[in-house]
Amino acid sequence: MKNTWILAKRELSGYFATPVAYVFLFFYLALMGFMTFYVTGYYERGVADLQPFFALHPWLYLFLIPAISMRLWAEERKSGTIELLMTLPISLGQAVAGKFLAAWLFSGIALLLTFPMWMTVNFLGNPDNGVILAAYVGSFLLAGAYLALGSFLSAVTKNQVIAFVLTFVLGLLLVLSGTPLVLEFARQFLPDVIVDSLRSFSFLTHMNAIGSGVIEARNLAFFGSLIAACLAACVVTLDLKKAA
Amino acid sequence: MIEIHNLTKEFGPLRVVDSITFTVKKGEVLGFLGPNGAGKSTTMKMVTGFLSPTAGTARICGHDVEREPMAAKRKLGYLPEGAPAYTDMTPAGYLDFIADVRGLAGDAKAARLAAVVKQVHLEQVLHQPIETLSKGFKRRVGLAQAILHDPEVLILDEPTDGLDPNQKFEVRELIKSMARDKAIVLSTHILEEVEAVCTRAIIIAKGRVLFDGTPESLAAGGQIDRVFREITQGAAGAAMS
Ligand SMILES: Nc1ncnc2c1ncn2[C@@H]1O[C@H](COP(=O)(O)OP(=O)(O)O)[C@@H](O)[C@H]1O
Ligand SMILES: [Mg+2]
Repeated sequence: MKNTWILAKRELSGYFATPVAYVFLFFYLALMGFMTFYVTGYYERGVADLQPFFALHPWLYLFLIPAISMRLWAEERKSGTIELLMTLPISLGQAVAGKFLAAWLFSGIALLLTFPMWMTVNFLGNPDNGVILAAYVGSFLLAGAYLALGSFLSAVTKNQVIAFVLTFVLGLLLVLSGTPLVLEFARQFLPDVIVDSLRSFSFLTHMNAIGSGVIEARNLAFFGSLIAACLAACVVTLDLKKAA
Repeated sequence: MIEIHNLTKEFGPLRVVDSITFTVKKGEVLGFLGPNGAGKSTTMKMVTGFLSPTAGTARICGHDVEREPMAAKRKLGYLPEGAPAYTDMTPAGYLDFIADVRGLAGDAKAARLAAVVKQVHLEQVLHQPIETLSKGFKRRVGLAQAILHDPEVLILDEPTDGLDPNQKFEVRELIKSMARDKAIVLSTHILEEVEAVCTRAIIIAKGRVLFDGTPESLAAGGQIDRVFREITQGAAGAAMS
């Protein structure tokens, strides 16, 4: 536990040691703001809430999160520091958890920096801040699930472009499997049981459920077990590379 | 303190390390000599637990590296080839991180950090990002990292590679000064280095041990000629550099 935290701390300070983190944060906030106000038709709705903003997250994360996760393990391999990390008295599990945690906290910082949106809606009207808080939690969990997936894929390949594309494609599948379009299409030739389980595996389903203001155990369990499974796969992958 | 038994590594069809066996005792400095591609780094990667061997075992202070990796790694200091480091950090921040991972804290940590910084002469660059440092300083940061917890076993992969003659001399003196109560393995492709710091030399080529003895016996009796002949004939294409 202690090692995980020591590692996460180093990683996180590493993010801010280069301008890349600031460029990313700028890009992230600009994209979130621009898309919310100009693409979702925010003002035309005439409702003071953040629903259009959060509805964008599963889609924007498709690009933003792989940009963070692609370098997680690939970079260590490229610079040779992986050899250092793996020969320090840190277990593989601690190393994987530490690096993931730092990336997750970083995405959390980016998310928190969208607070002007929250201030704006409170200025414009009287939104339900409980719902907004739940949606923030949902978005954070969603980012964690994407990151865990991306962390695993960054351990699979040392090529960062491939890691990005793989994370994007798998993320896209996990989002699309919850869209009405895909579900209706699937319902035409697949039994309901399968369509429903397809739906229950989608990021969108769980994100929407939490975004409606109620954080249910099964939504938490979904994101929690997805993160755990991806991190376990990451550990196994790194362990297999030892014997390669 | 280091016991290596029939250590073997295959990458696909290629046998890079072929059944190497040796032990290193406290007080010994073992020079691992061989041409590029001989399998020196691969052997060290297995001894330090970065790679799993295809066959054979490596033990550090009695701990099997594969079975008890944490116990073995605690006893071990390792300078990987090329001295990789988190180069966006400063030596001060980097060594502080390593000290935390090594479980050093409080006064003991401060004392060790101060001692090591003095030992490898890092005072003047302590707060400068590692990526802006010269090769000599980068290597010293790597060395500082390896000896920070005063390990019983030290594995150094080409510790003087790319250094100028003065820096080489300093690093060799440092290694000699630590030799008494440690077991040290260093790899090199410079014969002279073995004579300067090592109490024992092992020559490998194509993953096999060709010679194991003192540097003196290597120099005497035409041993070097014999070994060179074997390298050039047996391992055609592997150029001594
Ligand atoms: N990960 C790897 N996959 C395939 N071959 C490798 C790998 N690592 C090293 N080799 C090969 O193993 C041989 C020995 O390499 P190495 O141990 O680095 O030699 P040395 O350190 O003595 O120069 C070389 O021919 C090298 O190309
Ligand atoms: Mg080498």
